[in-house]
Amino acid sequence: MTFLQGALLVLVAVAATVVVLRRDPLRQTIGAGIYGLLLGLLFFAFQAPDVALSEIVVASVMLPALILLTLSKLAQIDRGEKDRE
Amino acid sequence: MTRRARLAVFAVGVVGFGFVLVWGLTGLPDFGDYPGPYGIQLQKVGVEQRKATNLVSSTTFDYRGFDTMGEEFILFAAATGLAVLLRAQRGEREDEEEAEDHPADRRGQDTSDALRVVAIPAAGALIVLGLYVVAHGALTPGGGFQGGIVLAAVPILVYLAGQALFARKLSPMGVGDVLEAVGAAAFVCIGVGGLIAGVAFLYNFVPLGTQGSLLSGGTIPLLNVAVGVEVAGAVTLVFSEFLDQRLLRSGGRR
Repeated sequence: MTFLQGALLVLVAVAATVVVLRRDPLRQTIGAGIYGLLLGLLFFAFQAPDVALSEIVVASVMLPALILLTLSKLAQIDRGEKDRE
Repeated sequence: MTRRARLAVFAVGVVGFGFVLVWGLTGLPDFGDYPGPYGIQLQKVGVEQRKATNLVSSTTFDYRGFDTMGEEFILFAAATGLAVLLRAQRGEREDEEEAEDHPADRRGQDTSDALRVVAIPAAGALIVLGLYVVAHGALTPGGGFQGGIVLAAVPILVYLAGQALFARKLSPMGVGDVLEAVGAAAFVCIGVGGLIAGVAFLYNFVPLGTQGSLLSGGTIPLLNVAVGVEVAGAVTLVFSEFLDQRLLRSGGRR
């Protein structure tokens, strides 16, 4: 294992812990995106560039986009219920 | 259950799980150690047999192509299931005129110029990158799955840049479903092509070409294109269905 691989493993572990410890879903989403980016770099360092490519796009574009849409939908529903009360 | 009892149950669980985990980890092969015979064997003969320089591609799309077909239909089923679920929900509570009355709910008006300046050129670059990755699946790392997902990021960027009108055109009965279905069908048709050519299902029946050229590898680049179309379509479908939920219904605001 090279230094780069070891350093990235540690970074991924730290990023994952940070994501879990955040309580605010919005911050969690952004954190998860950064975590996915690091995970992509890790795959690249372990000589799996094809997996890294899909991981980067899925984790830093797709997943946050879907979660953010869901969060904004939930906020919308909350607003609607408040209006009705 | 008291707090103490809960802690006791938790402690038993943690100790048991920790023991099994450590036990399992000690039994793992060493770092970088590969005991299986197939990989080593494929590495020796793979490139020469299939003329595709990306051995990962010739493994997943040729030697193990049937497996990849299963994976592709997992994605197909997941995206279709999600679309069916969300559309059933939308059919019950849809109120399009009301949504039209709330244009402020749509993105686009409040998009900053900074985001627009970054997102639009990035979308162009991603189209080129995605097509490149799909087309060179048999040559360099990447392929249909990777290129398809890069391509699927383009509509999201366009939406982010505030071109909501364009994004609305993609949903609900837009390009996503068609691309998804065509890609999945093309994969199976290429597989059936093997049967028509008188060999096995998904057998590499197309001339293999010269090693290193764009069309080398026989069916491998064709299957890559099929998967690329399918993945791009499926992910676009999922995204546009989510987007539709956000845009169409104004969340019980009556």
